[in-house]
Parts: sequence; C-alpha cells; structure tokens
Amino acid sequence: MAFLSYLIGGLGLGSVYAIIALGYSMVYGIAKMLNFAHGDVIMVGAFMAYFAISKYHLPVLVGVVLAVVVCTILGVVIERLAYKPLRHASSLSVLITAIGVSYFLQNSAMLLWGTDTKIFPTVLSGSLTVGSLSVPYLTLITILTCIVIMIVLTLFINRTKTGRAMRACSEDKGAAALMGINVNRIISITFAIGSGLAAIASILLVATYPSVYPTLGSMPGIKAFTAAVFGGIGSIPGAFLGGLVLGVVENLSRAYISTQLSDAIVFMVLIVVLLIKPTGLLGKKVNVKV
Amino acid sequence: MLEIKDLYVRYGMIEAIKGISFEVRDGEIVTLIGSNGAGKTTTMHAISGLLKPASGSIMLDGVELTKTPNHKIVSMGLAQVPEGRRVFAQQTVEENLLLGAYARKDKDGIQKDLDHVYELFPRLLERKKQPAGTLSGGEQQMLAMARALMSRPKILLMDEPSMGLSPLLVKEIFHIIQDINKDGTTILLVEQNAKMALAIADRAYVLETGKISLEGTGEELSASEEVRKAYLGG
Repeated sequence: MAFLSYLIGGLGLGSVYAIIALGYSMVYGIAKMLNFAHGDVIMVGAFMAYFAISKYHLPVLVGVVLAVVVCTILGVVIERLAYKPLRHASSLSVLITAIGVSYFLQNSAMLLWGTDTKIFPTVLSGSLTVGSLSVPYLTLITILTCIVIMIVLTLFINRTKTGRAMRACSEDKGAAALMGINVNRIISITFAIGSGLAAIASILLVATYPSVYPTLGSMPGIKAFTAAVFGGIGSIPGAFLGGLVLGVVENLSRAYISTQLSDAIVFMVLIVVLLIKPTGLLGKKVNVKV
Repeated sequence: MLEIKDLYVRYGMIEAIKGISFEVRDGEIVTLIGSNGAGKTTTMHAISGLLKPASGSIMLDGVELTKTPNHKIVSMGLAQVPEGRRVFAQQTVEENLLLGAYARKDKDGIQKDLDHVYELFPRLLERKKQPAGTLSGGEQQMLAMARALMSRPKILLMDEPSMGLSPLLVKEIFHIIQDINKDGTTILLVEQNAKMALAIADRAYVLETGKISLEGTGEELSASEEVRKAYLGG
C-alpha cells in the first residue's frame, strides 16, 4: 500500500511537471527556442494566486483566473518585447535573452514583493480513503487537471484550424506563410497557451508545496524542461509522458533510495534514456522522401 | 495582372536582383528561365512576400505587394508552389490541402475545390489519409500544386516544378500546368528545364545574374541562338 501511495504521489508531482513541460515543448516546437523564463512565469502565477487568495481573501477560483489571465498576458508580452526582435538572430542570442528575462522576472519579484517566503494558504484538505490507501484530494485534482489539459490540448492541436496552422509553423514557417498563415500570430498564441498552462501548474504546485518566493519557479522549471526533453521535445504526448515518468521516478527514489539523491537519480535516468533514444521517449523522426 | 518594376533584392551586402522589370498579363503562362543562382527563386520569394525587396515595386491588379504583410498576399489571389515542394511532411495529404485553403472562409467552396483537386490529381485521393512525407517526389509535387490551387488563386507562381522528377513525370506535370492555365489561372513559371518551359509559355524572360538579359515569346526564345547555346544544350 505504501508503494501505491508513493506512486500516486509521484503521478501528482509528475502532473505538475507535465503541465509545465507542455509549455516548454510547444514553444520549442513552434518558435524553435528554449524559453528559460517559463519557470519564472510560474512564480508570477503563484504570487498572483497568493495575493488574491491570502491577502484579499478572494475565492480560490478567482485566484486561479487572475493567475491565468496575468500569466497569459505576461507570456505574450515577453515574446513580443524580448524574443520577436530576435526572430532571425542566432539561437544562442535567443537563449541568452531568455536567461536574461528569467533573471529580470526574479529580480522584479524580489523588488516588488520582497525576498521572504510567503505561506500559501491551504485551499483543499482531506483525503480519499479506500481501504488502507489514502490519497489527498489535491493529488487527485492535480492528476485530473493534467489529464483534462492533455485531452483538450491534443484535440485543439489535431482537430482545429489554428491547431493545424500551429503544426504547419512547427514544420516550415516559410511554407506556412505561403498558405496565408500569420506566423507571428501563431507564435503569440503558442506563448499564450504555454503561459496560461504555467499559471495553472503554479497553483497546483503551491497548493501542494505552500511556499511562495521569487525563485520558486527555477527548480520546477528545470525539472519540467528535463521532462520535455525526456519525452521528446516538441511532442505534446511526450511532454505528458516525460512529466509523469519524471514525477514517479523522483517520488519513488525519494521514498526508497535517498531524499538527497532523488534529483541525481532523475537526471541519471534522463541521461540513460537519451543515450538509448536521443530524440526522447516519443520524439519524432520522420523520414522525408525527396 | 502582375507587374514588377525596378526590383532590387539584397541578402546582406550581396545584391541578388539588380533592377528587374517584367509583367504577367491576364491568362498568360510566363516563364522565367535562367541557370542556378540567376535569382529566379529570390524573385519568387520577393513576390510572395517571403523576402523584403530593397527597392522597386510589385503590383498585383494595382495593389502594391511590397507594402502588404506576407500572410495577406494569398487572399489577394496569388499563390506559390515553392521550390522543393515544401509540403508539410508530418500532416496528411488532406490536411495539407486544407492548409492551402487556410485564408478562405467559404466552407462549401473549400469542399468543392477539394473534390476538384482530387479529380485533377486522383493519386492524392488514394493517399488522402497518408502523411505527406511518405509520398513519392512526383506525388509531393502534385500535392504542392493542389495545395496552392486550394486558395483559388488568380495567379499561380511555380518554382522549379520539374526538379528531381523523371522525364515522364515532368511531361505529366507540364500537362497539368497547361490544364490549370486553361481553367483560367494565370501562371508564372520559373524553370531550369528551359526547353519544356519555353514550349508551353506565351512569353518568357531570361534571367542572368540578377538581370533580365532577353525577353520574347516562347517561340522566339526557343529559336534564339543565345538561348539555344546557353540553356537548350546547343
């Protein structure tokens, strides 16, 4: 039973990683860049939710909506101001800019909201008990949210006209422009979706680990990036699978091997997977005939 | 229909197109021939808005294209079949065709045109659920042409449609180009295969290192001594 409860806990943690990883992976797939500021968007979302719920005593749902709206706008603005001018620059310049944006957000948060750790209030307590197994409702909601997001996003990408345009931009932006697709608009939409998802992840994260501070996005950001690479960066099911596997490996190694070593084990698994399958678990390699 | 005046295009310091002027009239097949690196594809990209010209004007039915954002050009009636086909390899044949109609909003019309291109290219119908990357070169060329037709263009730009295809397929492709033209679509064709291009063209221009060196009807240029020596193998 203990194993099962660690496993479910791992799936809960993995769901948060997966939601963040989706943002990394979608942006990489379409804008071909690693948005290292993605983790800090999570931090902004967490602060928004904290202020709404803890300081202004607004309903939890209002906090969620506020975080999603602010992060979505923030993501689009970051892309417009920092990345769009570098559309034709080398990928190294874009990478360094992304790291710069990351520090900018962290330092702005320190300046505006202080460096002390704020405690996020308990928004949902209680557990579902089945026999001797007890699973917190929060974990269940986290896993459920992740599954819903995954299904909706997959349908959106595969079935809608905008989704088709996103896939076209991911393959060939020049050809996409020849179809009459506004490539800049598609990139904006991608950042909006990724950042909105980051906001949802931020609330699930701080509801489980209730400390809110300016650098809170770094570690989950790096883990989610790892999950995205692990699953095959650019692939949406890959981000999902990568996140879940990462969360489970992390939680199980924390429970059975060592708390201190759990991160090292996670990265070791990543290295082994990449050695065997360099494109990640579900990374695509399509053979194109000429 | 399409009028290019004093067009200059630069890549950084290199001047790829040095002041060319030409026109394509309603209902014509006009071809731009020239060797590798003459600037044919650059010209095509400038017309479709993928490249910003340094100066000059490109007018489509009286509207200046150099000042139009590239994603708006398709809905003005100009489509391009790019060099190397550039189909969306991971998407199915049908998804590629629907992307061709991306700028359109008339659902019934799109369905009708889908049926029409499947009639024109029966092999695409057989393969409509297949990822485009799994098609043969000839089929991909047909898909690229069908995809461009899905925007219902007034003028179709074709960049090297014969590239990498067997002589038999090239013949087939050129027949289809003539059919598309007979259906009322004006065509600007860029080709290294000068013989085939001149045979179907109403008028032709020879592009040499970024400048137009000769112009005339397809027949005139086919008969011209210079063209025969340089492009038709003597």
